[in-house]
Amino acid sequence: MIFSGVDMADVAVQADHLEKWFGAGRIKTYAVRDVSFAAHLGEMLYIVGPSGSGKTTLLSIISGILKPDSGAVLVEGKDIWGMSPGQIADFRLNTVGFVFQDYHLFPRLTTAENVAIPLLLKKQGWKESIDEAMKYLDAVGLTDRAQLPPVKLSGGEQQRVAIARAIVGRPDLLILDEPTASLDGDTGRKIIDFVKQHILDEKRCIIIVTHDSRIFEYSDRILKMEDGRIVDIGKGGISEE
Amino acid sequence: MTSIFAGILKKASATVINIGAKVWVMDPGVNNILNSIAMPDYILDAVRSIEGVKYAVPLYSGGALVKLRSGMYQPVTVMGLDDTSLYGHPKLIQGNIDDIYAENAFIVVHDEEFPKLDNPTLGTTFELNDHRGVIVGIAKVTSSGLFGTPTLYTTYRRAIQYIPSTRFTIDYILVEPKSVEDIAHIQEEVQKLGYLALTKKEFMTRIANYYKFKTGIGANILMMTAISFLVGLSISGQTFYTFILENIEKFGALKAIGAKSHELVHMILFQSMLTGLTGYGLGVGLCSLLMAIAKQRIPDYASQITYYNLGLAFVMVMVITGISSYIGIRKVIKVEPFDIFRG
Repeated sequence: MIFSGVDMADVAVQADHLEKWFGAGRIKTYAVRDVSFAAHLGEMLYIVGPSGSGKTTLLSIISGILKPDSGAVLVEGKDIWGMSPGQIADFRLNTVGFVFQDYHLFPRLTTAENVAIPLLLKKQGWKESIDEAMKYLDAVGLTDRAQLPPVKLSGGEQQRVAIARAIVGRPDLLILDEPTASLDGDTGRKIIDFVKQHILDEKRCIIIVTHDSRIFEYSDRILKMEDGRIVDIGKGGISEE
Repeated sequence: MTSIFAGILKKASATVINIGAKVWVMDPGVNNILNSIAMPDYILDAVRSIEGVKYAVPLYSGGALVKLRSGMYQPVTVMGLDDTSLYGHPKLIQGNIDDIYAENAFIVVHDEEFPKLDNPTLGTTFELNDHRGVIVGIAKVTSSGLFGTPTLYTTYRRAIQYIPSTRFTIDYILVEPKSVEDIAHIQEEVQKLGYLALTKKEFMTRIANYYKFKTGIGANILMMTAISFLVGLSISGQTFYTFILENIEKFGALKAIGAKSHELVHMILFQSMLTGLTGYGLGVGLCSLLMAIAKQRIPDYASQITYYNLGLAFVMVMVITGISSYIGIRKVIKVEPFDIFRG
């Protein structure tokens, strides 16, 4: 293991010599090259870097979406890429919460129904799922928007709905992909502040991919990538400027 | 399309249905009730002598031109029933069946073609080949004919007397077997005479086959049905595929969240089945409504929804739904959640 000095008991995600390339022969391009790091429970870890640096590919690999060409990912001590496709789907459903860059809310469903989706996929009953979703909508301050379709909500509200959907299944690992990309600076900061204050706890790890330096101050650590490699792992809590 | 065809086939066999005889003896060249080929009288005696025949009677079926009191001419179908038994006579709603033995007596069928005879009543007179005719009864039948001509019933003797005919006059021999088991033997014996004995069902099938395979109607209906199917398939498939493409990111997001491929397949199948069944219900309902309206406006409109039509349409809808789903399912199964992250 690469992080010999780290207390393994609180490691949420451990990436070990990950590599991912696309194409073959002369057009073989590395998206992720020999990446190793650990993310801890109770930690808000940022992955930053310019476009094309491999942030999203790395995020996909550690969340069980994209299989690496070499290396391993341990989440809560389990090698996720040693699992069958069905087990990986279950892993994503039960262990990971996703907030997509464009939210990907379902326009025909109400806000409450959108939040309830992970519970419905877990085969929970409809009413039970909606009741549970309402609690999380309450947590993100959107109870009064529960019956509205997402298109009637502002960008910040939609982002909060996406967060509620990501945490409703009580995942240990929360993945946010460019969460402030579509928001103005103020709203973006409020959202991340909310996530840090209300969602992050000692049993959960939050990994955020961003290149929005305005929210760097909320991070515990910042992992900087360039050309598929980690070039720096720095302490967070301060703005890059 | 298939309803119209079913309606045509039913109307084509109207006489067979209305007369209701269990076994029909005819010339082997007959493949359509109206194009009968007359048989010599001795065939009737020969059939009567076959073991298993309870009784056998002649039937005349022919066409004539009636001159109405208005001075207009109207083609009619004339059925000549056996004088003694009146076997196969229609059910009268006005008049008395015994009046058919009166001078110049005819019974008119009250169907969609009835108004073409200027809505005759009991006692209405007309001319048929310079003979006087009198309506003595008005009858109801199960099914009206295909060719849009009114039907008159009279006795066999009067029919062949009024209407110019060939040397032979018996168009059909209607046979009542002693039992159902005797039918096969009767058919064998009739075949030895050089003629054909068919059960009611076999005769209707023969007529249906004639219209299906020898008139071009069947081929045309089949082509139109196939074209409708292809048009339906292309529109439905394209619409459903567009729906899948428009929502492909949502399916990808569901996969990323943890939905398994088979769950998405079930979701798509449910959506397509629900849409297909809704469309089927609306289609059948709309067709029924339009046919009901058409039948009120156009008396001769030949269309009929049978269980076979409904079943065929259901199968076609399911095939369209299945193919449309398959195209969408292939796309959804191939989508990678990574594409959602990558944007």
